[in-house]
Amino acid sequence: MLRGVVQEKQGTRVLDGLDVTLPGGEVTALVGPSGAGKTSLLRLLNRLDDPTAGTVLFRGRPVAGYPVRELRRRVGFVFQAPVMFPGTVADNLRAAVALAGPGEAPVAADERWVAGLLESVELDPAYAPRDTEHLSGGEKQRVALARALATRPEVLLLDEPTAALDPEVAERLMSTIVRVAADSGRTVVMVTHRLAEARDFTTHTVMMEAGRLVEAGPTRALFERATHERTRAYLASA
Amino acid sequence: MLATLALAAAGDPTTLDVSWLDLGLAGALVLAAMGISAWQRLGLGRGFAIGAVRATVQLVVVGYVLVYVFAADRWWLVLLALAVMLAAAAQASTGRVGAPRRVVLPVTGTAMLVGAGLTLAYVDAVVLRPGQWYDPRYLIPLFGMIVGNAMNGAALAAERLTSEMESRRGEIEAYLALGATPARAAAEPTRRALTAALIPAVNALMVVGLVTLPGMMTGQILAGASPLLAVRYQIVVMFMLTGAVALTSALVVLGYRKRFFTAAEQLRPGGPA
Ligand SMILES: Nc1ncnc2c1ncn2[C@@H]1O[C@H](COP(=O)(O)OP(=O)(O)O)[C@@H](O)[C@H]1O
Ligand SMILES: [Mg+2]
Repeated sequence: MLRGVVQEKQGTRVLDGLDVTLPGGEVTALVGPSGAGKTSLLRLLNRLDDPTAGTVLFRGRPVAGYPVRELRRRVGFVFQAPVMFPGTVADNLRAAVALAGPGEAPVAADERWVAGLLESVELDPAYAPRDTEHLSGGEKQRVALARALATRPEVLLLDEPTAALDPEVAERLMSTIVRVAADSGRTVVMVTHRLAEARDFTTHTVMMEAGRLVEAGPTRALFERATHERTRAYLASA
Repeated sequence: MLATLALAAAGDPTTLDVSWLDLGLAGALVLAAMGISAWQRLGLGRGFAIGAVRATVQLVVVGYVLVYVFAADRWWLVLLALAVMLAAAAQASTGRVGAPRRVVLPVTGTAMLVGAGLTLAYVDAVVLRPGQWYDPRYLIPLFGMIVGNAMNGAALAAERLTSEMESRRGEIEAYLALGATPARAAAEPTRRALTAALIPAVNALMVVGLVTLPGMMTGQILAGASPLLAVRYQIVVMFMLTGAVALTSALVVLGYRKRFFTAAEQLRPGGPA
């Protein structure tokens, strides 16, 4: 949940008094034109940035009140352009749990664990020993998703996870994401430019423009009868 | 240079004298450089002329200062001279780093103070053990070499860390987003910066005596010392410089890395502060 959030970057206001509630346990689509501030908003939730003004709350508590590394492990974040760490697919997944520090790792990061994680994002466990350098964009996106899931986050933030993918690959990834969320009761917040994706795969939709909230509500309601002219015009292109 | 001067001052009476006329004759070699610049229109003539005058004035002044410091024989005067050398080198270390001086200088300055200071103290108290711990004949030339090398290491480490931290922002934030400490998130830039700073030190050890004849050794030999003793001094110097560069560079990357992150372990958008 965000309250009166203002974010300035190099003197320009990219979030301008934003009040948004992202419902727990749901898959929320964050939509709006390019430059609306969607990425900036996700970065606040994982505390990669702090807002210039206003408060970001996680489970009713200001994010600044959590130990920052604990917060980041509980709120996973998959970037728009997936960044692979050097090494194999398995190395990438193990890195995520190793970061928790000795003794804190929630699981034994053995081969079975790696295979299970890969299966959960619908990658063949045979990928485990492959070098991440030679993966395709869609494969990297899945590894990044699996890596984010490795810390068992309660919330998963996804920034245009399908933007760089073919429609068919994108659709498969979306169903994976929705299933991963449903399996674990996880909250998912995903930015997307593909409105059909928002309509078909999410339960809640937040529409932003120019750093402000335009409208938010159940996805069905928003797509069928949006109250705001801007939302109607934007969603009509779906 | 400092080494040569210092050792020559204490050198044996058979050393050839260099008169002012001789210096003027040596200056003809700078004229050759200026001639080449004029021929190819490099526009460096003025630079050479000013540089030659500056070098002469600076070295002569240093010579007189050293004569004074040697004669005064006061520990605090020696330490003051060392402090001036350190301050000058610390200033020079911030030039090409690509970040504001007010951010870089405290880091490289502190690292050089600790790195160069500890190395000098070790060489003085443990290795050479001169009769008088503050003997300027040893401390000043040794510190000149230590500080010069520490400065290069500090500058290389800082420069490389700045560029690596910038080009790897995505990777660093990917680590942070997973709950990594800033130290872990910046591990790769740290390793690369440290490697860049240390490679010249490794190379120097490899080629000394084959490709390079170090100034201090040449100076000692010119001043009449036995080549075998000069060589032993040079070995001490090489090891000393290796330690100083490693220690200083490590302190630079550790201190400087922190400047890229906020208290909440976020990568600063505008670079180090
Ligand atoms: N690091 C930055 N420095 C300056 N401006 C930025 C920075 N990041 C984003 N912006 C600006 O903030 C606005 C919102 O960006 P962003 O949150 O990435 O929007 P979206 O993800 O909705 O496309 C844009 O106008 C963008 O140009
Ligand atoms: Mg974006």
